[in-house]
Amino acid sequence: MGLSVDIRKDLGDFILEAKFETEGGVTGILGASGCGKSMTLRCIAGIVKPDWGRIVLDGEVFFDSERGIHIRPQNRHVGYLFQNYALFPNMTVEQNLMTGLLSYEKDKKKARAAVEEMIERFYLTDVVSHRPTQLSGGQQQRAALARILLSRPKILMLDEPFSALDDFLRWKLELELLEVLKDFAGDTLFVSHSRDEIYRLCDQVCVMEKGTSGRVIPVRQLFEKPSTKAAALLSGCKNYSRAHLEGGEHVFAIDWGVRLKYQGTWTEPIQNIGVRSHYLHPIPKAEANKKENLIHCDILQVIEDVFSIVVMARPKAATTNEPIRIEVSKEFWQDFSQKEGIEKTIWVQVPPEHIMLLN
Amino acid sequence: MDWYPLWNSLRIAMVSSVLVFFTGIFAAYYVAKLHPVVKGVLDVVLTLPLVLPPTVVGYFLLVFLGPRRPFGGWMLDAFGIKMVMTWYSGIFAASVVAFPLMYRTARGAFESFDKTLAYAGQTLGLSNTYIFWRIQMPACRQGILAGAVLAFARALGEYGATSMIAGYTPGRTATISTTVYQLWRTDNDALAFRWVMVNVLISTIVLLAVNLLERRERRR
Repeated sequence: MGLSVDIRKDLGDFILEAKFETEGGVTGILGASGCGKSMTLRCIAGIVKPDWGRIVLDGEVFFDSERGIHIRPQNRHVGYLFQNYALFPNMTVEQNLMTGLLSYEKDKKKARAAVEEMIERFYLTDVVSHRPTQLSGGQQQRAALARILLSRPKILMLDEPFSALDDFLRWKLELELLEVLKDFAGDTLFVSHSRDEIYRLCDQVCVMEKGTSGRVIPVRQLFEKPSTKAAALLSGCKNYSRAHLEGGEHVFAIDWGVRLKYQGTWTEPIQNIGVRSHYLHPIPKAEANKKENLIHCDILQVIEDVFSIVVMARPKAATTNEPIRIEVSKEFWQDFSQKEGIEKTIWVQVPPEHIMLLN
Repeated sequence: MDWYPLWNSLRIAMVSSVLVFFTGIFAAYYVAKLHPVVKGVLDVVLTLPLVLPPTVVGYFLLVFLGPRRPFGGWMLDAFGIKMVMTWYSGIFAASVVAFPLMYRTARGAFESFDKTLAYAGQTLGLSNTYIFWRIQMPACRQGILAGAVLAFARALGEYGATSMIAGYTPGRTATISTTVYQLWRTDNDALAFRWVMVNVLISTIVLLAVNLLERRERRR
């Protein structure tokens, strides 16, 4: 059961090769814009026909190039929430919702009752006879979701549902959406370029890069143990160095010119290591000779952010121009810079457990 | 004043704009879906009557419909229907000349239609017929109406091709435009002026209608 996708389609600029399987829950597809996420959803919905492959949902074959199967979108029962919500502009909210059950509910009375119920559930009572252009972004999204749920979909597919909204509204709607997803029995695919949204809303995630999808992994794993640099980049990690493994749980960071200890066992070859900026700890000069896993850096810039201080620094032994980024709390930095005085260099400790080995 | 030219012009314009309305929408809808190369070629062919001199269109029509030509001859022999020099010959001329206006405006309207609306309809299980008539057509309504009005105006003002294929016979094939020319040629200045004013009046009303539609379009 669940959704199984294995398709290929030539998109001109690149070839879409999506291959993943989900088994219930909310699955995120994380990738930069234009990487083929939306195209994948369109193929699943049947709006676009892949060149090759197979799409199966809960045992029902939607598409199979070898057997010549390509089910019409109308018969796939896929709930597709478009980025712009795609409410029909010539219809009122109520009429829009009605279209959701037009294909199966012939009894007008029952249809009306079902629509009525959805209108209440999605707080649309005040705007039933409004046109979509008269609605706020949040109301539009709720109306679109209500319409989709009325069509009794087997799967929900949400395409960047918050991209058209401002920050505050986004947060509010995310909470609402979370409620809807909890009540929904089928699978959900959630497409986004925002790692934060994925982390909060999804159970597992599949990273997509230039049309190629990765494995489906639990969300936590992506953020704690990404396995490729692309995944680490998408998960928000900002510091990377080319690296190769050395014996005894040590790794040599080529770009930073230092040998670092890491934790855990690793047998696969690696190309890079990554460290998140808030895991890098500035160390007082006096303690430098007592600690291990240190990088001695020149300070390039100290930037004050909203809630933190960002120190841009270059390792003394660096072989590239790429600076590393250290992020600390404002309180810590005030304290640290007072005690240490304003220096041109800084000692930074890299905790072994926070070194991410990437291939 | 014999009002026959007004009546004749109006019925020619009405019939040909109804014809052009459906064929133009049909062509616009299907051409938009074709392969880019086929689309490019068809687009040129369908738009050609807009840029060709009406006399050239008239020439082609005579070649096609003339009584001694294959199609025109066959219509005459088989059904006894004369294709040229009758009042309805003007319909052929007006339709061919007005068609590109309807086709192009409708195509523009279809192209600016947000396709995700159609996709959303499909995933909701709505039939393609429902999507076309209840979602796409209403969304493109203003553009299509504007195209129809333009086509009507063009059909009403048709002169060149009409004079070649329908000629000028008072009380039989005369239209406003051919009447004006005939009156001017025969030095009947006063009557020519009246017909000119009738034509100006009708065209002004039509253009006002187009502007009104476009303004409503922009406000939406």
